[in-house]
Amino acid sequence: MSAHRPLPRWADIALLPALNLLLAFLVSGLVVLLVGENPFHAIQVILYGAFGYGDGFGYTLYYATNFIFTGLAVAVAAHAGLFNIGGDGQAYVAGLGAVVVALALDQTHWLIAMPLAIIAAGAVGGFWGFVPGWLQAKRGSHVVITTIMFNFIASALMVYMVNRVLKPASTMAPESETIEVAGRVPQLRQFFSFFGYSPVNLSILIAIAALIGVYILIWHTKFGYAMRVLGANPTASRYAGISNSKMIMITMTISGALAGMVAINEVMGVQNRLVLDFVAGAGFVGIAVALMGRNHPIGIALAAILFGALYQGGQELQFVIPGITREMIVVIQALVILFTGAMEGLFRPSLERAFMLLSPEQKSEAIAVSTAKPES
Amino acid sequence: MDLAVILSILDATIRLSTPLLLACLAGLYSERAGIFDIGLEGKMLAAAFAAGAVAAISGSAWLGLMAGMAVSLATTLLQGAAAITLKGNQLIAGVAINMLAAGMTTFLGQTWFSQGGRTPALSEGGRFAPITLPFANELAGVPILGPIYSELISGHYLLVYIAFIMVAVTAFVLYRTRFGLRLRAVGENPKAVDTAGISVVKQRYQAIIITGLLCGLAGAYFSIAQGSGFGNNMTAGKGYIALAALIFAKWKPVPAMFTCLLFGFLDALQIRLQNFELPVIGVVPVQAIQALPYVLTVVLLAGFIGKAVGPKAGGVPYTKER
Amino acid sequence: MNTQRPETAAVTAPANGWAIELEKINKRFGAVHANKDIDLKIARGTIHGIVGENGAGKSTLMSILYGFYTADSGTIRVNGAEASIADSRQALALGIGMVHQHFMLVDNFSVLENIVLGAEDSGFLKPSLSRARKELDRLEEEYALEVDPDAIIEDISVGQQQRVEILKALYRGAETLILDEPTGVLTPKEADDLFRVLETLRAQGKTVILITHKLREIMAITDNVSVMRQGQMVATVKTQETSPEELAELMVGRRVLLRVDKTAASPGKTLLEVQNLVVADDMGVTRVKDVSFAIRAGEIVGIAGVSGNGQSELLESITGMRDQKSGTVVLNGKPLSLEGDDGAARARQAGLAHVPEDRQRMGLVTTFQEWENAILGYHDKPDYGSGAFLDIAAAKKAAADQVKLFDVRPANINLKSSLFSGGNQQKIVLAREMEQDPDVLVIGQPTRGVDIGAIEFIHNEIIKMRDEGKAILLVSVELDEIRSLADRILVMFDGVIVGEADPATATEGELGLMMAGINKTAPRTIGIAEQGPLP
Repeated sequence: MSAHRPLPRWADIALLPALNLLLAFLVSGLVVLLVGENPFHAIQVILYGAFGYGDGFGYTLYYATNFIFTGLAVAVAAHAGLFNIGGDGQAYVAGLGAVVVALALDQTHWLIAMPLAIIAAGAVGGFWGFVPGWLQAKRGSHVVITTIMFNFIASALMVYMVNRVLKPASTMAPESETIEVAGRVPQLRQFFSFFGYSPVNLSILIAIAALIGVYILIWHTKFGYAMRVLGANPTASRYAGISNSKMIMITMTISGALAGMVAINEVMGVQNRLVLDFVAGAGFVGIAVALMGRNHPIGIALAAILFGALYQGGQELQFVIPGITREMIVVIQALVILFTGAMEGLFRPSLERAFMLLSPEQKSEAIAVSTAKPES
Repeated sequence: MDLAVILSILDATIRLSTPLLLACLAGLYSERAGIFDIGLEGKMLAAAFAAGAVAAISGSAWLGLMAGMAVSLATTLLQGAAAITLKGNQLIAGVAINMLAAGMTTFLGQTWFSQGGRTPALSEGGRFAPITLPFANELAGVPILGPIYSELISGHYLLVYIAFIMVAVTAFVLYRTRFGLRLRAVGENPKAVDTAGISVVKQRYQAIIITGLLCGLAGAYFSIAQGSGFGNNMTAGKGYIALAALIFAKWKPVPAMFTCLLFGFLDALQIRLQNFELPVIGVVPVQAIQALPYVLTVVLLAGFIGKAVGPKAGGVPYTKER
Repeated sequence: MNTQRPETAAVTAPANGWAIELEKINKRFGAVHANKDIDLKIARGTIHGIVGENGAGKSTLMSILYGFYTADSGTIRVNGAEASIADSRQALALGIGMVHQHFMLVDNFSVLENIVLGAEDSGFLKPSLSRARKELDRLEEEYALEVDPDAIIEDISVGQQQRVEILKALYRGAETLILDEPTGVLTPKEADDLFRVLETLRAQGKTVILITHKLREIMAITDNVSVMRQGQMVATVKTQETSPEELAELMVGRRVLLRVDKTAASPGKTLLEVQNLVVADDMGVTRVKDVSFAIRAGEIVGIAGVSGNGQSELLESITGMRDQKSGTVVLNGKPLSLEGDDGAARARQAGLAHVPEDRQRMGLVTTFQEWENAILGYHDKPDYGSGAFLDIAAAKKAAADQVKLFDVRPANINLKSSLFSGGNQQKIVLAREMEQDPDVLVIGQPTRGVDIGAIEFIHNEIIKMRDEGKAILLVSVELDEIRSLADRILVMFDGVIVGEADPATATEGELGLMMAGINKTAPRTIGIAEQGPLP
């Protein structure tokens, strides 16, 4: 039995994360102050850079597209009680699937190339998630450690693949051949000139579809139900006849496939070829996004846009305020993970006390029942 | 290959193993006390930056070292506050620390020194010099043993010797002292420790303080011994390799030393083998050797070669009240 | 509500004085008042029993005495002097030692290392270990507590581990030893050994506090006994002057229903058949050894036994939660295939429902809303959605029906499951399993931690199921429960069914002997099973 009265649902879902987030920004502001700059000016610059004009907004959405995918990857695994730290590696190797299909089909039409590339990237990314899942399910190796290891293995593998396999003999730079226009994912600017030169592309529609799909998967399918049982209580899921090992493997595959969608956005939508390190830490941003979004697609969408804005605004920031580099964004991201993830409990006790003081008489019926004497 | 080549590879092995070993031992204290630490990388990076920055400004390697240890310690305590006091998720705390260090070091480096995140190159006194052991020069002429002593064993930085001494110290502390007994107990069954009248929280903080100090040494090694100043993301994932080594060594100090030497050797080898044609096999891709420590760790974790079972209470915050 | 205090038999000031005196102890956990104004005096050199149902507050009270929890208010006196016990260290310094229900041992440490942990002499271990080795020799001799000081804890038996716990306390100079449900995990032989040790301790002048809910143990070994009920101390009496019936009445607050109203069984065809089942536990130790039995439609078969004799593993393997090493489970004439970690799903499909022993750990996802738990294990059925999708409306409808039929309170299917009381959680599980109209129902510990009102309800539901022609397998550590519900009793000891009894004719004594795995002719020194039948 809990020693505290539980918080009202809205406080648990909204107020507590908001307070933690506020603290993260407050500390970030202090860091900005520390280097002698004005944090309010910085916020202004970030906001304008991210939302103030078409190009900026387009970039924000482009970053957000990546973060939605990696955030969902972390969230799906989290619902099954798994911490997938390997989004970066899964997205990275998925680039192989994307680029191979895109290069093979870039003489046809993007409507043919894109769906097949999605399948290929999902398959490769999914495989990179499946292996740690399989190792966890069948061999008991901790998925956190294996996914970390797989990030590094992916990195070595990709350097090799790009340099030795994909790189055309004619070029010096470590990158694949360029995908022809027909094989590229169309840019939103082709339809809306508002977006200027920003690289936001139709991948964002896949991201939106993924958000909806994950919502349905988790809360409206039997598989999602089983996933949540496993995540909340693995013994109960075995009791319920749910195959935990199968669930872990499938969930990690889905998680990896979602992370792999980053490759569609980057390889086919932005770079038009496979370059080294194209993931650029998006997998780790996904952790922050999922934590902040409380593993819910709506929360993830909002958090992804926030981080997209920070990344885009941060780019802008270093031009306007030379004293602040874009690494400041990584700091903010770290603080968000720290305060909304690891230090999630910071405000809970005092908030619970505050709510008890505010309404000493308010007793939920559950509490009343749980303390009532059994009548005979 | 002649003796000189072998010696030079082994010499590089020792140099490359040292930060791994220090970080690995650092992780050992934390994890044996029941706190998973995937934040070794971040703590090392923060220490490397602090050491490089202070050594550059003060011109003193010793002040740099102290700054590195202090910053690493502060970072560890932040992680501890989340993972121990607030009973937060230890893994997430580690991720946050790594990211915080990556962001802060580059950000502050650029802001303070404006050299693209690097700290200024160190002067003579800002960097640790290699130590020549007694009679190293005199004995150099003795066949076989002479070069081994003078080239392989002598002529390293102070931190190298400290790292290897720490292996023995750690083994002694862990198995022969009261502190070690309690440390191991708190990682296996904290409730047993609590009912024996020992504070679990205090014991865990004591453990991570050592972790912080050792990570400080490891980080300083990068910027003010091996390197001359801090460079962006200088630790380059070595903290994760140290973590892998810790698992590979099954959380024991002496095996940790051998594992770190093995991983250091692989690192030395891949530098040596760039475009080097091996008989029969042909050119081994360097990436394959680079990935080997990670692959080996995964294989070990999967139980294909022995079984790595960590401290039982690892990863779980200790809660007393029901 | 039953709050009147029965006449407390005066325990006169003992010759050796009081070892422990507790006055007006109060402790709350959030909304739960675990200890209410507790008064308790324990005479030095005696064995003092504390009985009460699960959740009566016994363990909380002792944890306060041992400094693991701090009382909200109240006074503690040790040897007549007022003491404040803020942590275990202070309790130890006052000569109070505790053997917890779940041992506080470090599994991969040696016996010696466990003994010195927290009681080291200096920074280096060597002197401590050699002193401990010597001291251990002495203690072993004095109290006949043999144990190998260099053995690793995970390699020795549970009974041996308990000895290490006792030695740990004695090594720290404990004068008063608290044992929390010490026999729950012991075989009858080990329990007898333990009681012999406790008698030796008493003979040496130590004070022993024995917490248990087993009345037979109290009657067999204690000098005085205190009874707790719903957080209150309701009586302290001399053991010689009381009877199990009186204690039972004090524990539950009114006369216990020892017989449930039921008609004679009229068994039909065989529904569940277990053939030569062999099952190992998580450590790979064989816990069920070649067990065979059959249950027919319309009968309840009860499995009696001291907990830890393979009952849990038997239940888990029949229901598909645990792999079996060999043997067959036949349901309705068809062998069940239970391999793999989704065996439970196939068992359910075949018509076998399962109310698990530990509802919080297995039977419920406590963070889920009630309606989500109402379909646990059955979520794949077409009733709750065709294809891959979950029909939430159908699930909620089913949940509402179950809540109504089983009178779950509060009747709110959107409430988080952890917020229901133990009895209501059990009703949620029972409702789900019974409402699926299974052929066979397997129930473990149906009323563990359940309040009296709900117990009656649950018992009646089980009988109702039987009368509907279901086959029911019942496992309970409460012998009385088995005797009152079962139509046939199988006694399990050390993984084997050692005998069968007719609940109408078998005496408690006969069952007790079987549960102890002893031939009726074998002599016993300290008998906990010879108390004869309860009225």
